[in-house]
Amino acid sequence: MEKKSIRKAYGYALADYGAENTDVAVVVADVSASVQTRFFAEKFPERFFNVGITEQALVDFAAGLALGGMIPFANTFAVLFLRAAEQIRTSVAYAKTNVKLVGSYSGLSDYKDGPTHNVECDIAVMRSIPNIAVVEVADAVEAEKMVPEVAEYDGPVYLRLSRSEAPVIFDENYEPKIGKAAIIRDGSDVALIASGVMVYRCLKAAENLARMGIDAYVVNMSTIKPLDLNVVQKVAADTGAIVTAEDHSVIGGLGGAIAEALGETKPTVLERIGIRDTFTETSRSYDALLDHYRMSVEDIVKAAQLAVKRNRQIHI
Amino acid sequence: MAYHPDSLVRELDKIAQILRLDALEMIHRRGAGHPGGSLSASEIITALVFHHLRIDPKRPNWEERDRFILSKGHACSLLYAALARRGFFPVEELKTWGEIGSRFQGHPDRLKTPGIDMTTGMEGHGIAVGAGLCLAARRKNLNFRVYVLVGDGECQCGVLWEGAMIASKYHLSELTVIVDRNYVQLDGPTHEILPIDPLVDKWKAFNFATIEIDGNNMRQVLDALDIADKIRDKPTVIIAHTVKGKGVSFMEGEAKWHGKPPNKEEFAKASEELRRRIRSYGEEID
Repeated sequence: MEKKSIRKAYGYALADYGAENTDVAVVVADVSASVQTRFFAEKFPERFFNVGITEQALVDFAAGLALGGMIPFANTFAVLFLRAAEQIRTSVAYAKTNVKLVGSYSGLSDYKDGPTHNVECDIAVMRSIPNIAVVEVADAVEAEKMVPEVAEYDGPVYLRLSRSEAPVIFDENYEPKIGKAAIIRDGSDVALIASGVMVYRCLKAAENLARMGIDAYVVNMSTIKPLDLNVVQKVAADTGAIVTAEDHSVIGGLGGAIAEALGETKPTVLERIGIRDTFTETSRSYDALLDHYRMSVEDIVKAAQLAVKRNRQIHI
Repeated sequence: MAYHPDSLVRELDKIAQILRLDALEMIHRRGAGHPGGSLSASEIITALVFHHLRIDPKRPNWEERDRFILSKGHACSLLYAALARRGFFPVEELKTWGEIGSRFQGHPDRLKTPGIDMTTGMEGHGIAVGAGLCLAARRKNLNFRVYVLVGDGECQCGVLWEGAMIASKYHLSELTVIVDRNYVQLDGPTHEILPIDPLVDKWKAFNFATIEIDGNNMRQVLDALDIADKIRDKPTVIIAHTVKGKGVSFMEGEAKWHGKPPNKEEFAKASEELRRRIRSYGEEID
């Protein structure tokens, strides 16, 4: 399986789209080399603003650019946006300024820097603030295609990017849309609903499950808010058993969103794969860290088996 | 610098008194609001809204208008009154302030109130937002200036100084910051809560041009705004020394009037004082 850098794909796409749309501006808090906005900076220095390590002002400054008619992409590490939570709430979400917040190094993907740099709660925070769309991409193709989609979306967006080189899932024909889930594998016994790098792990888990005679849907829920309720309800109705998977806490993220949605509309057996309310550790590899915190392919398979079993028990 | 004739200064001075009465009446009627920091800023807001800003009440979203960010958003009663009397909306509508469905929120909301350029209310944001606006204007070849009014307690916020560094980095001479230096914050005198002095030196160290004035003296406010417009290559801060609760004797300099509405008797007393002053300009007000 070919692997490609998600952040590099984002960086190139931003530079390409910046040529097309001269309203796009890029603001960064001293992490230009890390989050790969340097390609944009080289091409459009007059629309690139490095504001240093000022995450709170980064957000307010981007809000000001948006008030003046620009479409600012404000970039820092996902964990550092927590520092600016009030700025995001007041100056972006409540004031409805057209700011695109791009949180890089999400989840455990900054495995070498360790738990200070890892982030398990950014989706939960962003998702509970009104007016912000929350989007996480699964591979380099989706990262690239999501840039114009995010830019042209009317209003604030939080775009969550992994630092990783991720297996490429999608081909060039894939057209992601904010608010639309993509069913990338059909199933009937269980539905694996995932975002970010966990989508690929779910595809691998579905292959393993198929060998055991369990037919699993795989859904890429790249928009966590607004949640594509139609697709959630459809796969819930078809299977009666859901597994969510995300590189984020099981509290308040994708798993939380789906639990809330199904609880209110169609109670369904649910197992959640994610960080289980704990801080994590430093590691030599991203994959090993995900595995260590019970987000391995095998963990997804077990969760699916359990969900199927629980669903059958209900229906005996 | 344009010379400001006595007649203009006198007219604006009168409006500043009328706005004080409006603001206090609004706060009294609603039983909520911030008298102290609204009254201290009356000359500054009056000078901006009625004279200095290039704005048009008929076109609140005019692209080339000057922008005014009330970073100390808790002073909004006075700004709402100013915008009403400048013609952005009926003065009568001010009575709805704080009611469900009103266009006037407890703090400024850019999406609800014509003439409000940015949503504020949490301290510290205005300068960074203003810096972004200035740079957007440069990119889009729009020729407007940005004015940001901050409180002195607000100068304790880290994000304010982050914004100041950004404004300096980009040499934003089209940005004027005004500090309403009224020496009192919610919990008490600024020098007791968290000292911000030497304030002028701080701004100098952040590479701002600095002007110090009596911020309750209309002529000094008008002159300072003109001077700031002419300064090239760096942003300007006007440190406007004011009196918290200015214009109402028993509120002046008192921290307890930061966020407390006057009761019936207190309002009657304040109103009488302000009406007497307004009458001295030859104006009666209902």
